[in-house]
Amino acid sequence: EKEVKTRPGRWTGGQADSSSQGAAFPPTFSLSEVKNKQRRHLMFMKLKQEKRKQKMQLKKKRRKEREALGDKAPPKEVPKTIENQRVYDETTVDPEDEEVAFDEGTDEFSAYFNRLTNPKVLITTSDRPRGRTVRFCEQLATVIPDAHVYYRRGLALKRIIPQCVARGFTYLMVINEDRKVPNGMVLCHLPDGPTAHFKVSSVRLRKEMKRRGKDPTMHSPEVILNNFSTRLGHTIGRLFAALFPHDPQFVGRQVATFHNQRDFVFFRFHRYIFKNEKKVGIQELGPRFTLKLRSLQKGTFDSKFGEYEWVLKRHEMDACRRKFQL
Amino acid sequence: MADRSRLCSVWLGSETGILKGVSLSRKQAFNFCQVSSLSRDQEVRALCWADPAESELLVGSVNGTVKTFSTEKGLFTESRSCGDPAEDGAFTGLAVADGALVTCVESGKLRVWKEESSVHVLEVDAGKSVWRMRQSPEHRHRVATGGKENGLRIWDLQRPEQPVFAAKNVRNDFLDLRRPEWVRDMAFIPGSDKVVTCTGHHEVRVYDPASPQRRPVLEAQYGEVPLTALALVPGGTSVVVGNTHGQLALLDLRKGLVRGCLKGLSGGVRALQCHASRPVVASCGLDRFLRIHSLEDRTLLHKVYLKSRLNCLLLASRDLEEGEAAEEGEKKEVKEEEEEEDEVWDAMERVEERGEPKRKLTGEEEEEEEEEGVRRKSKKKRKKGQD
Repeated sequence: EKEVKTRPGRWTGGQADSSSQGAAFPPTFSLSEVKNKQRRHLMFMKLKQEKRKQKMQLKKKRRKEREALGDKAPPKEVPKTIENQRVYDETTVDPEDEEVAFDEGTDEFSAYFNRLTNPKVLITTSDRPRGRTVRFCEQLATVIPDAHVYYRRGLALKRIIPQCVARGFTYLMVINEDRKVPNGMVLCHLPDGPTAHFKVSSVRLRKEMKRRGKDPTMHSPEVILNNFSTRLGHTIGRLFAALFPHDPQFVGRQVATFHNQRDFVFFRFHRYIFKNEKKVGIQELGPRFTLKLRSLQKGTFDSKFGEYEWVLKRHEMDACRRKFQL
Repeated sequence: MADRSRLCSVWLGSETGILKGVSLSRKQAFNFCQVSSLSRDQEVRALCWADPAESELLVGSVNGTVKTFSTEKGLFTESRSCGDPAEDGAFTGLAVADGALVTCVESGKLRVWKEESSVHVLEVDAGKSVWRMRQSPEHRHRVATGGKENGLRIWDLQRPEQPVFAAKNVRNDFLDLRRPEWVRDMAFIPGSDKVVTCTGHHEVRVYDPASPQRRPVLEAQYGEVPLTALALVPGGTSVVVGNTHGQLALLDLRKGLVRGCLKGLSGGVRALQCHASRPVVASCGLDRFLRIHSLEDRTLLHKVYLKSRLNCLLLASRDLEEGEAAEEGEKKEVKEEEEEEDEVWDAMERVEERGEPKRKLTGEEEEEEEEEGVRRKSKKKRKKGQD
């Protein structure tokens, strides 16, 4: 069965063999030369089983050695992941740094963090949204307290912004839609604050979620911001935090999570219940989506003449897989 | 404090009001600020050298004060209030002419202040909005101003009634609509009267007051977003411009073409300056980094993280790398000559790019050009030998 059968008339000179078999001498056999599919499949399965058997034997041997050594065994090796291998970013914020603390304490969000204003969010879309985007906006409005959804009516954002400021709104959120699916978000902090433009992906509405709980109530949720470590990450984290009211109502047992991993921000909304001191049960409510920051502009929305604090330049910044910005 | 400030070869002003000095040889950054308190109204908007010996810096803040910082002592020595920020706006330019301080504010008022007086000696109205004022390095009493819907004007402080040169807007476009103008930065080209400006409508324009036409002599476009900063490469034939997206480009002023881009910035550029003798350009901006790029091969030489957004930048004329000793500089020159002989074939492309045989070498030949000329001749000889 394991013989290589050559077709009549085919050149089997030394050079042809070496190019097809890889190593020229001694002549080795490769599984891909068997033309019969069933036989090839069987041979491949056998090869895999052989390999797996050897792997298990090696593992068993190592475990025995480790047990034999007992306390003197070397520590277990940690597998390398991209998060482990992350290139150290020099803009990582040091909690004791006074200059950064002063910068953050007096930036555009200081009015919110000093409890001078309460958040009020205006949610709108690009012109003429289709059903999915409309439902997404409605669900977002239930998740964010004091959020109002308005129909866009083709109005220019630069004209909407002064009117929002006059009516006391602190955020303008515009969900952009493409081919009936939401794909972008512009989040503009209102008095004169930064404007962030995100790419939105993986939007799951409430009815698409499995094992979800009942609709969210009107209680203010708690906010969890994970893994925003660099200076830019801090700014974005504060941008998200200022969307929600200062004091969460713990009675409602609702929590909104913004989890940053590899420059993607994952949004989840859960209701939790403590079964006892150590165990907690969670049910996911509400929409779920993923955000990726594309640009952060200083000042309110002005894409043509505004100054950008950070712009995603894909070919420069995405060249290294282990370097992240947020 | 004093020894730290003497090491610094790059000075930057930030939005938090801190004056930062960076020593590149030691790769360290130092903060110099007034001990009392930090506050946002101390935000530094303009920086300039107070004297040609570069021993004192003038720092203009948003609250209308101009502070003097001594690099020898490492302290702020004096502070004077020049104007009321509520009606004037922030500083857009600072200069020193014949011992008098010249300030320009956003509302268009160009004022000259004498020593220790809180009332200005001279006031010129330079338009409704001025975004930048720059002083000519050759004629210290000439300044240029420009702003939004306010074209380039060159003023002579000794004859302040009329501008020496007032630029005219370019012709209407193909729909016969007036082209908007917004001058954001300008520079005087040494060796002639010409002034190059960059605009918020992504144009770079060269004006020549010596010629009878008041419209730009050369116009070039770069990018799609406003150009915020401009720096002249010593030599006068190219400029480095930066825009709000953080793109830095090297443009040639002979034809108006983009020679190349400098990569690395991720935020809007606020200030650019080329070093007087070495072919490097320093840039700072909203992404809180100081970056030094080499102009010859457009690579990043140094990158320093300074924790606040940076508004303005000043380079000391002395060599950037060496803080104290001149011996290191000599060693570097010797190494460079040895490397040149090895890299003879690599030098081929460089000669064609610069087009040196076509250029007329002026009396101000720099050492580098001479070395390159020598290198070229030696390379040609070797080529013949190989044939």
